[in-house]
Amino acid sequence: MAAEMEPPPLGDAGQTDFREIEDGEGFFVSTVTILESPEPSSPDPPSMPAEGISTNGPKQEDISLDDDPEDLFAEATEEVSLDSPEREPILSDGPSPAITPVTPTAMLTPRMGLGTAEMFERSLDEVSSWVKLTSMTIFSKNETTVRRRFSDFLGLHSKLASRYLHIGYIVPPAPEKSIVGMTKVKVGKEDLSSAEFVEKRRSALERYLMRTVKHPILLKDPDVMMFLESSELPRAVSTQALSGAGILRMVNKAADAVNKMTIKMNESDAWFEEKHQQFENLDLQLRKLHASVECLVCHRKELSVNTASFAKSAAMLGNSEDHTALSRALSQLAEVEEKIDQLHQDQAYADFYLFSELLGDYVRLITAVKGVFDHRMKTWSKWQDTQLLLQKKREAESKLQFANKPDKLQQAQDEIKELEGKVQQGEKDFELISKTIRKEVSRFEKERVKDFKVVIIKYLESLVQTQQQLIKYWEAFLPEAKAIA
Amino acid sequence: MMQEGLDDGPDFLSEEDRGPRAVNVDLQTDATLQVDISDALSERDKVKFTVHTKSTLPNFKQNEFSVVRQHEEFIWLHDSFVENEEYAGYIIPPAPPRPDFDASREKLQKLGEGEGSMTKEEFTKMKQELEAEYLAIFKKTVAMHEVFLCRVAAHPVLRKDMNFHVFLEYNQDLSVRGKNKREKMEDFFKNVVKSADGVLVAGVKDVDDFFEHEKTFLLEYHNRVKDASSKSDRMIRSHKSAADDINRIASTLYTLGTQDSTDVCKFFLKVSELFEKTRKIEARVAADEDLKLADLLKYYLRESQAAKDLLYRRGRALVDYENANKALDKARAKNKDVLQAETSQQVCCQKFEKISESAKQELIDFKTRRVAAFRKNLVELAELELKHAKVIFYYTWLSISDSIKSVSQPAVIGSPIGWSTIGPVSSGFGRCRPSF
Repeated sequence: MAAEMEPPPLGDAGQTDFREIEDGEGFFVSTVTILESPEPSSPDPPSMPAEGISTNGPKQEDISLDDDPEDLFAEATEEVSLDSPEREPILSDGPSPAITPVTPTAMLTPRMGLGTAEMFERSLDEVSSWVKLTSMTIFSKNETTVRRRFSDFLGLHSKLASRYLHIGYIVPPAPEKSIVGMTKVKVGKEDLSSAEFVEKRRSALERYLMRTVKHPILLKDPDVMMFLESSELPRAVSTQALSGAGILRMVNKAADAVNKMTIKMNESDAWFEEKHQQFENLDLQLRKLHASVECLVCHRKELSVNTASFAKSAAMLGNSEDHTALSRALSQLAEVEEKIDQLHQDQAYADFYLFSELLGDYVRLITAVKGVFDHRMKTWSKWQDTQLLLQKKREAESKLQFANKPDKLQQAQDEIKELEGKVQQGEKDFELISKTIRKEVSRFEKERVKDFKVVIIKYLESLVQTQQQLIKYWEAFLPEAKAIA
Repeated sequence: MMQEGLDDGPDFLSEEDRGPRAVNVDLQTDATLQVDISDALSERDKVKFTVHTKSTLPNFKQNEFSVVRQHEEFIWLHDSFVENEEYAGYIIPPAPPRPDFDASREKLQKLGEGEGSMTKEEFTKMKQELEAEYLAIFKKTVAMHEVFLCRVAAHPVLRKDMNFHVFLEYNQDLSVRGKNKREKMEDFFKNVVKSADGVLVAGVKDVDDFFEHEKTFLLEYHNRVKDASSKSDRMIRSHKSAADDINRIASTLYTLGTQDSTDVCKFFLKVSELFEKTRKIEARVAADEDLKLADLLKYYLRESQAAKDLLYRRGRALVDYENANKALDKARAKNKDVLQAETSQQVCCQKFEKISESAKQELIDFKTRRVAAFRKNLVELAELELKHAKVIFYYTWLSISDSIKSVSQPAVIGSPIGWSTIGPVSSGFGRCRPSF
């Protein structure tokens, strides 16, 4: 799948660029090369998890961290279609639409006092996709740029989820895979929808990362740190949709769903009951809202298209009108409508990227929250089961006492001791998860409030902007209409 | 006495919107004959219009009177004009379109069926919306019928028509039944023949530059108006759908806002309120566009067709005249039936000249009317769009500054005049827009 190429003439820092093809689905073979540096030496980060992430493909080489974004791109000369001596915009050979990278000056200031800010950009050409992260972290360096693939994000998420979800932390869900979207991009279909898809994915990944690093516990997770800092990651193969791990996940999900139905929990804590109900309601309403907003986006796009076609029609009408002043006014009307159609299109983008995506994120987040509640139920159930088992064993032990079988008795007593320990542990676990959930939920609520307010205000701003423009356009047209003699 | 856009009711009832003044400005409200539709009643499947006349003409028994008429009777009147040879040289005011409440009725029915699946507030809201829509369609059809009558009343020749007077005065039912199937078929075939003939006639080049120019102009204009009319309809429909979506969003936000009384819920309630106001205004924008733009285009579609018909009639007369000339020459050459040929030729000549004369004036009037109507409607359209945009702007901006007070982050919003949102909150939402 990858042809080895001679390493490019390296710059001063002995840097190597590592580029890879995005083939999350493993369906498409692309022709972009992978560059390798000659000496293999890879200091694996100490906390590399042993979970089923295997390194496929060429051996991962050490790549020294790149401090200066400029240099990184100066290296990009050998690359098949990612040539660009300038840093931005990063364009490919072909006429594919490039997403204008954000300038490094548009840094985000710290949140939650962590001193972490990230900036995201993504460039896509027909066959390769990679994600560039520039992160300003307090950990080691001031600014790091790394490239990540989409499957890396999914891999990160699955690691975090398996580690933290079951003890009650709300792990932000990663954006979903989209076979259709990715296929279109790979096939090289160069149209609005594939560029839109890239932009959608880019902003979704950015939001995902921001949420993850805002979480105080998750930020300290070594995987997250590695993700942000190290220039390469082992390929997260288990995130592929049709891999063995993927199917296992699906099976587990189904099993979980069945289990949930059978567990009947005695809720002693009213808080949980209330919160659970609250989240159910929220879920319902957010889904409804999301659907309505998606409808709105759709209709606005339609409005934009129809306005454009009306503009053309009005221009034609103006052409055939033989009264000069009226003809001119009609042409002006056509122009106004054309500008308005662009306005509608922009508004539709704002509708979507601000409002609709936020809602989608929160619908998924609430699913994660519900998952955490379910885990608590499972922990409770496990604890109860252990208690029941202990009970049974105690009964068996008392029976054995009468039966006078000393060795079996000893065994039973040992088992009882073990089980007592387990019961204690189970209780502790349950209490821990309950505590964690409380904290997490309150943090989540705070975040939610902030998020919604911020985004909705931004959205309102976009509406204001649209109206301002409309006012301008109609104000310009009015004298023209009045001038018809 | 225009209703301000700041009121709450979806009101399409403003004085401005009334038909004749909206579409046809040049109708002199002549004291000798004033016609209007003072009332209308919508029944099961028909609409009853109360036609009110004020006249000082001696032909009428009274100075002021009213009758009740239905759509078919208007059509009957129109057709009687068309079939009258005397009026061949005039642009016959186009017949009003049939009142069509089917779509609206269907929607109301669907709403009734889906009543169980939505909350009471939502249901009431949607019902109000649909009722307003029904009302709007109703007003439109009244306006269209009124315009027709006013045009006839304003026309120097047509206003004297006997049938017209009967229509206005006879207070019994005119017993004009709608065309039965056979008559409709006959009409259909007549139209086919007519259009074929029309093509033939149009192919004949006219000696008169004025008419030749008008012919080409009208043909092109008519087609383009048709196109513009359908495109504007589509645009307005999308606009209405978007307004409906905002309505649903407002409702859901309201539900979210009432779930509890935290800070964010108050915020939701405020935003829901804003959206509620905005969508009412957006709906009015769509309605105004409908009245000032779509209806204008539709009307001139029909008028341009009537003008085309006039040109066709003249063209027909010209062809007849030329044929009569040829026949006369032949007769003279053969010296047979000369007198007959001569009279026939003279009749054709007179007819043609009569039509030509009045047609010229009619077409000039048509242009004047058209220009004036477009001017009026475009100006009003621009003014209304401006007004609505300003109102929405004001409400939205008010809502933002209200919300800022409750947002903890500083410097989130720039002034409404500027656009950039700078500060700690920019997190890349929609920051990189794809540029194609």
